[in-house]
Amino acid sequence: MSALVDALSWACLVAGAVFCIIGSVGLIRMPDFYTRVHAASVTDTAGAGLLLLGMMLQAGFTLVTVKLIIIGLLILFTSPTATHALCKAALMRDLKPLLAEGEATSKR
Amino acid sequence: MFTAAAAGLLVALALVLVRAVRGPSVFDRVLAANTTGTLSVMLLSVIGFLTGRPEFLDLAIIYGLLNVVGTIAVLKFFRYGNLGEPGKGGAE
Repeated sequence: MSALVDALSWACLVAGAVFCIIGSVGLIRMPDFYTRVHAASVTDTAGAGLLLLGMMLQAGFTLVTVKLIIIGLLILFTSPTATHALCKAALMRDLKPLLAEGEATSKR
Repeated sequence: MFTAAAAGLLVALALVLVRAVRGPSVFDRVLAANTTGTLSVMLLSVIGFLTGRPEFLDLAIIYGLLNVVGTIAVLKFFRYGNLGEPGKGGAE
């Protein structure tokens, strides 16, 4: 049982770290600001969630798990809020999204 | 295993810092700073487990709170041009 929990925790930690790296690579390689926001959300949801789940499995039913749950709730509530404010501020400052050629001519 | 997770988080932080330095617009830099905050919270938690000191989790909570307040403050500044002084701007 303990070995199973250890293996699950290991898998969650490694997967979370991999998702964080994927989000960061997307942050570098995406062509446009709004697509970069999409790539960064991978880090905030899958990466952070899986890392926290792996650490919770290591901690067991203790106060540490409660603190990890608090951190998870904090990230899950504040990260979409910050992203929404960021995109709204970018739109207000007239940062145009990158559109396809035909679509850009037909819409405007 | 926590060492592997911490190494992966450090690699991700380095990549995000590249975007924060190169970012063409200011919003790219703010986005990179926000992601840096999330990754730092995760790195603090992992370091707490790595060294066996759960006090680091409290630091992670505080850092997460400061991160969102800082992001919202910077965005409000770039949206309105001030941080909410009475009688100046701010109206739609």
